[in-house]
Amino acid sequence: MAIAEQLESHRSYLLRFARLQLRNNAWAEDAVSETLLAALAKPQAFAEKSQLKTWLVGILKYKVLDTFRLHAREVSVDMSGEPSGDDELDRLLFKPDGHFAHTPADWGNPEQDLSSRQFLLVLEMCTERMPPALGRVFLMREWLELPSEEICKELGLSSTNLYVQLHRARLRLRECLELHWFGQPVTKG
Amino acid sequence: MIWLRRTCKEAVTLMVAKEDRPLPVTDRVALRMHLWACTACPKFDRQMRTIHHAMQQWREHTDGPISDASEPL
Repeated sequence: MAIAEQLESHRSYLLRFARLQLRNNAWAEDAVSETLLAALAKPQAFAEKSQLKTWLVGILKYKVLDTFRLHAREVSVDMSGEPSGDDELDRLLFKPDGHFAHTPADWGNPEQDLSSRQFLLVLEMCTERMPPALGRVFLMREWLELPSEEICKELGLSSTNLYVQLHRARLRLRECLELHWFGQPVTKG
Repeated sequence: MIWLRRTCKEAVTLMVAKEDRPLPVTDRVALRMHLWACTACPKFDRQMRTIHHAMQQWREHTDGPISDASEPL
């Protein structure tokens, strides 16, 4: 397969993660195009790569980070405008005295399930359902794997604000997984 | 030892926070003590471990941590 065709075959895959992380279609398209351009500019590096997809994802992560820098203002403005939904989550989880409203469910030892395609799709769906600003911050931690201090710097957030956002994101993810995966053993396939 | 006492809600905050930042030693001790005495929170802690593991699986599935790209092109 020619280089161009090989790259094209990975485009939709890359676009999926760019969209998930950036929450903006135009930015995602640009980041993926930049990634493909960068790959095409180095055909010799390309020839040595047996793991083409891994290499492309690695480049994409840098391009995504560049996108955040380019649109820093828009990204950080988003942050303050979102309703937190904290009270709602807290009421679901806790009684007013700080005890659990319901004991957390036993999720068992689902080691093998966790790498199944169905589970990973549910995980992605749950991430996708987070409000944009929350999803961005969460994936900067979990997909870009940036240290917290670096995310604060990139987004101009205080560490307190960042930890509040990550706390919300993680509780939402837990809730969503319980609802759509761990709470429904019957529909697992 | 009242200063080491945590409610479940406070313990949950710590269990979630340790995914993103190192906890101060006092919080670590308080959390350990709470997990030792509480029946509900260890279950939450196991859920958080499962999610941690799940995110790892997902990353491996998507390929390539940012440090693996040899240079920003």
